[in-house]
Amino acid sequence: MPVSESILTLAQAACQHTPPVVDEQASPKALIVAAADLLAVAQQLHASPETYFDMLSCVTGIDNGAAAGTMEVAYNLYSIPFNLHLMLKVVLPRDNAELPTLTGIWKTADWQEREVFDMYGIRFTGHPDMRRILMPEDWEGHPLRKDYSHQGYYRDIKVAY
Amino acid sequence: MPTDNIQYKSHPDNLTRSVPYKFNAENLRSEEMIVNLGPQHPSTHGVLRLEVLMDGEIVKDVVPHIGYLHRCFEKHAESLPYNQVIPFVDRLDYVASMNSEHAYAMGVERLLGIEGQLPKRVEYVRVMVAELNRIASHFIAIGTYGMDIGAFTPFFWLMRDREHILRMLEWASGARLLYNYIWIGGLFYDLPIGFEERCQEFITYIRPKLVELDTVLLQNKIFVQRTANVGVLPLDLAINGGVTGPMLRASGLRFDLRRVDGYSVYPELDFEVPVGEGKMGAVGDCWDRTSVRVQEIHESLKILEQCVAKLTGEHKRTRDFDPQAMVPKKIRPKAQDLYVRAEIPKGELGFFFRADGKSDVPFRCKCRSCSFVNLSVLPEISKGILIADLIAIIGSIDVVMGEVDR
Repeated sequence: MPVSESILTLAQAACQHTPPVVDEQASPKALIVAAADLLAVAQQLHASPETYFDMLSCVTGIDNGAAAGTMEVAYNLYSIPFNLHLMLKVVLPRDNAELPTLTGIWKTADWQEREVFDMYGIRFTGHPDMRRILMPEDWEGHPLRKDYSHQGYYRDIKVAY
Repeated sequence: MPTDNIQYKSHPDNLTRSVPYKFNAENLRSEEMIVNLGPQHPSTHGVLRLEVLMDGEIVKDVVPHIGYLHRCFEKHAESLPYNQVIPFVDRLDYVASMNSEHAYAMGVERLLGIEGQLPKRVEYVRVMVAELNRIASHFIAIGTYGMDIGAFTPFFWLMRDREHILRMLEWASGARLLYNYIWIGGLFYDLPIGFEERCQEFITYIRPKLVELDTVLLQNKIFVQRTANVGVLPLDLAINGGVTGPMLRASGLRFDLRRVDGYSVYPELDFEVPVGEGKMGAVGDCWDRTSVRVQEIHESLKILEQCVAKLTGEHKRTRDFDPQAMVPKKIRPKAQDLYVRAEIPKGELGFFFRADGKSDVPFRCKCRSCSFVNLSVLPEISKGILIADLIAIIGSIDVVMGEVDR
């Protein structure tokens, strides 16, 4: 399913900084947007009567490794009334990765963004409750980063077994 | 001194250091208090811990603390070939493994571009075992929910009937709960001889039992009074909160991925998508959620009957049928990102794959779990209620902590 003209036009209109790039390899087709434009694009796609992406299915963090030097966050949107799929991708630098939160648009972003933060250390600015969610609060490091190595001991229990 | 043997050193503040309370007891008003519910409590369905801010018996806020069953699924998946991830997928939603396997296998088949090329018999067997497992999962949901509310009998009845399903699935796959039966591109084995007939017998056996269940639980006055108008989830909040599955349907939206996406052979099958109608109270209350599950069991039985007919008729067993014929020897998908979703008993199970095109190990495999997302609306719908109703709401969400924490 190609990214329809109307979605592309909407996204282009919302992008103030960098025009969106279409990723044809992804399924569903993805739009790569700049971090600064993410909030505006998401708001536009959610509110526009032509698309009405009312459901945020999945928020995924991806670490491309130290060699690539980037991390990504992928948002899978779905529109129930129009049966449309769309993936939004944002590429971030590996250190000090920051993104605006989408909790203002979709409540489901709350926990899913917390999980991305927990696993990758990507901070979501404006998030109402940016705590770790799956790992203990006093755990060191973000486990799904490619360069992660676990701590030696946690509460006097040897972590490596 | 740290030691190498696994020994837990007790500190009085261990719990608060690893999972700090969100509310500070010192800043509370004089009538407020914090009640800690779980993680070890039968009504929290596993290791769910809730920090509840109470005013007398009224719940003012709920903060779920999760992660007690975190088994690093996504980290494991990044170090194993695609086909070896399936046993880990089983352990996500451990009461409905077949459904999760089906979703995962479908995703990898789509990565490889062999989706839709599988023999029809394989697809029908997959749907059949998945629907059997869906019934078993709903049995647990309804049975344990009844027990939360105080109805003990339906739990025993449903556990007894679930046993028939587990034995059938054990017969097919060799395991009672964690099957590893659906493989990428096929199945482990074809169904054992006589399975279809036994499945038909089971359908005949279970239908009157469901009528009994309806009388003893759903129409029960105590059950209705405990669940009707309790924990009403409005549709707009449900969609905005990403809620899927029976919980979304109970809020009134006819949305089932088996219909919407029409994956596998579901477009060829005839079944209804039940929705909540607010028969006993408001649309989207706890009673509706339970009622939708019971109706879904009826629909799954309809699907099963059609599968039995197909598997003994049009796609019947032949001597030369090899369910592993399409299983790829080498799984090396092209570099791509892919999101796949399927309807499991709790809702939309999604997998996000990133393949790098160079190896048979996923570069990234994210599991979008429905219990996790469904649980996240709990604080929204449990403000200003009684604590007894909070227990009723947790049970009606039907969370499996294995899937929440992954």
